[in-house]
Amino acid sequence: MLIKRAPDLGYTDVTPKDVYLNRRKFLVGIAGAAVTGAAVIGYKKFSRVVSLPAGPVTSPSKLSGVVRGPYRTDEKQNTLNDVTHYNNFYEFGTAKDDPAQNAQKFVTSPWTLTVEGEVSKTRKFSMDEIMKLAPLEQRIYRHRCVEAWSIVVPWIGFPLSVLINLVQPTAKAKFVAFESYYDIGQMPLGPDAGISLPYVEGLRLDEATNPLALLTVGMYDQTLANQDGAPVRIVVPWKYGFKSAKSLVKIKFVDSQPATTWNDANSQEYGFYSNVNPKVDHPRWSQATERRLGEFRKRPTLMFNGYGNQVASLYGGMDLKKYY
Amino acid sequence: MIRLLTSKWTKVVVFAVCLFPLASLGWKALRGEMGANPVEFITHATGDWTLRFLVITLAITPLRKITRVPQFIRFRRMLGLFAFIYACLHFSTYMVLDKFFDVAEMLKDIQKRRFITVGLAAFVLIIPLAVTSTAAMIRRLGGKRWQLLHRLIYVSAVLGVIHYYWLVKSDVRKPLEYAWMVGLLLAFRLGVWVVDRSRPCGPRSGSSVELPVTAESA
Repeated sequence: MLIKRAPDLGYTDVTPKDVYLNRRKFLVGIAGAAVTGAAVIGYKKFSRVVSLPAGPVTSPSKLSGVVRGPYRTDEKQNTLNDVTHYNNFYEFGTAKDDPAQNAQKFVTSPWTLTVEGEVSKTRKFSMDEIMKLAPLEQRIYRHRCVEAWSIVVPWIGFPLSVLINLVQPTAKAKFVAFESYYDIGQMPLGPDAGISLPYVEGLRLDEATNPLALLTVGMYDQTLANQDGAPVRIVVPWKYGFKSAKSLVKIKFVDSQPATTWNDANSQEYGFYSNVNPKVDHPRWSQATERRLGEFRKRPTLMFNGYGNQVASLYGGMDLKKYY
Repeated sequence: MIRLLTSKWTKVVVFAVCLFPLASLGWKALRGEMGANPVEFITHATGDWTLRFLVITLAITPLRKITRVPQFIRFRRMLGLFAFIYACLHFSTYMVLDKFFDVAEMLKDIQKRRFITVGLAAFVLIIPLAVTSTAAMIRRLGGKRWQLLHRLIYVSAVLGVIHYYWLVKSDVRKPLEYAWMVGLLLAFRLGVWVVDRSRPCGPRSGSSVELPVTAESA
């Protein structure tokens, strides 16, 4: 047995009264701090369950008259269920299944997309107008997240270049900046996202006019689910997914490289270009492989996400390690 | 309360409760309820439970002191070993489902990715603790040496929190919650140590050495 017998105690072993009393106070203090801390954390956790303002809810509606577009990979598509329940949309919470729950009541109608900046004239488009700008085509793209997972999604939309040609950017327009919707009333978890909102992104003008860049209004055979960036977003498949900004409210043509949310949050880790590149690692994890959702083993990541034929020429001569 | 704590059935119940997260994971796996990225789900769940059990284990001693019910010590070894079990599962998920036993890749990770380096360190540090958790081992090492070795759990808990903090992209709230809890539990011990030292006659013999009563078997 390891219980030692205490030797007989003398008067000098007695704890002085003030030390004894202070010790209890200290322990009670720590316990109090612990309980308060737990209460604060508990309150914050439970107060996350918010009830959003009731309003007209637009659930995805079927899209008709969609033609088969170019750029259709025949790799296995992910299910609509997967793609609508595994999302990074931090305005609606930072867990992968948060947006599916918290974006249910996101009001996406009426909607205005403003196009301004270095263009001949500022224009505002409603969703009805956007839908009529060009025939809707379905393209099946690989979508690669910077976190090293990927999906294959049939997006519906038309080339961003259609919109760009329509608004006639001036000679000063060198870059295109995008801004996503942000409203703390509809997105109460936004302040906890750890990134500054509204979400902003940007492309070089020649990237934006590349045939692959898709102004996206639907997925599978329906309009975009709220958690996937309803009602209108861009999809830039040769770059990491965070470049494909969701729920766009503004497109602005500018003459210098615009700020982007993830670059602002951590410039060492998220560059302006963020082209998918297995040879340039994220500082904290490798980008050489990815997990295709639904597959067991990881697969090697492709340069430019496999779209090198269409986009490699945009970066001829650029050091992609420097311009990550 | 004391009767409840000293009954042998209580240990059985606590054991079953500790197994519940694991059973829940298994159930979800069988029913395909792990979302679109099951490997990520398992990795995060096992990591979370490792940290939770570490925190619960570290809370036993403060609980004993504050409530003045030493019998809580009966559960500390079991809880600590469960932390170790979940840590093993977390590491196995990484080694098998993420890296597929590719040792070269793992070594690269350990060298280059800080969060993996500290995660591995946190895991390696509790292996000797699991190995020396038995009564026989306590006798072999002797009380003082055993006590010193098992202080490594403090280091492991801190490294575990840093591992979590360094792996998240932007939302640091959960790692900070664990940091808070581990910090408080360590502050408590620091406080006890400081107060003990301030006694004019030094600590009473046997009072600052925390040993489980070894007459207990698992």
